[in-house]
Amino acid sequence: MTSTILTETESNAPAARGLRSLAADWSSDQEVFKQVHWGKAMMWIFLVSDTFVFSCFLISYMTVRASTTAPWPNPSEVFALTIGGRSIPLILIAIMTFILISSSGTMAMAVNFAYRRDRLKTTLLMLATAAFGATFVSMQAFEWTKLIVEEGVRPWGNPMGAAQFGSSFFMITGFHGLHVSAGVIYLLVIASKVARGHYERSGNYEVVEIAGLYWHFVDLVWVFIFALFYLW
Amino acid sequence: MTAENDKVAERVARQATQHAPKPASSHEAATAKAAKPHHVAGKQHPIGMYLKVWGYLFVLSAMSYLVDYFHVEGALRWVLIITFMLLKAGLIVSIFMHMAWERLSLMYAILVPPLFLGTLVLFMAIESNYTFWTRIIFFGKGP
Repeated sequence: MTSTILTETESNAPAARGLRSLAADWSSDQEVFKQVHWGKAMMWIFLVSDTFVFSCFLISYMTVRASTTAPWPNPSEVFALTIGGRSIPLILIAIMTFILISSSGTMAMAVNFAYRRDRLKTTLLMLATAAFGATFVSMQAFEWTKLIVEEGVRPWGNPMGAAQFGSSFFMITGFHGLHVSAGVIYLLVIASKVARGHYERSGNYEVVEIAGLYWHFVDLVWVFIFALFYLW
Repeated sequence: MTAENDKVAERVARQATQHAPKPASSHEAATAKAAKPHHVAGKQHPIGMYLKVWGYLFVLSAMSYLVDYFHVEGALRWVLIITFMLLKAGLIVSIFMHMAWERLSLMYAILVPPLFLGTLVLFMAIESNYTFWTRIIFFGKGP
């Protein structure tokens, strides 16, 4: 009986497809995000605003880099690491990239297991994600220390070339690192709630997906920073 | 329009003839409620799909790293970097963030506004070009 009622309500969804569904949703006031958990819609809107914040940083980096007459330090050499007596360009950044991508992979699987209501696997995968994130932040701390202490990079200048290099670097990676740190705390909070069975009563595991959205966004921003700051 | 109205009328009539669902116990009501609203189609993907996307992201990252490792220079370098970047971003947003399975109105609400950043990029490119040449003309080649 219940199932027949359910199919009835589901068939209530508008039959319009494609651009017509877009027009139908937008023209029915307050219904643009229908069938989406409000928290998810809010997280998406927050992420759009955060996109603009990071874009402002990256575009101002583009502006100062294109307008300076001093040579820009070569990131490939600045971020090289000597391993086994051999200098490997950008290796630390490459490892950090792989770590962040792996954390995104484990998070995506955590969301999947959350919808299957497998609490143990969800918790473990979220803890793995948080561990990857913490590793990333500590590698970034190592990178900052090396740059400040050994290379003498400061926000107002550096021995390798354009002074704007330091300010762009500390601003962009610092803000991203803050996002990762906040994300690790966020994930740990949600993971402990999942482990304690907090979401069992409502059966609503959308919270894990919302945390996942934030985490994937942090990875997404790193994709752009990696390409535009480190490789360019 | 009339056909649609007929369909609605038919459904209302059909529902009216059915009895209201009566849960056998409060426990059953709770599970039915819990199972109902949050299961949207497209959430139960096989884990293999995520592993595959993870693999693609690894390969794309490795390839963009190799661009730097083998000192690919000039236009080819920019083209490769931007291509790999956009492919990775697309995979993350569409698969990991489930954007591919969202309603079209949500996709447009989220993905269209960032496109306006292109205007800012254009303006700042023009501006920085102007600043660069002003510096060259008035201060000469850099320090």
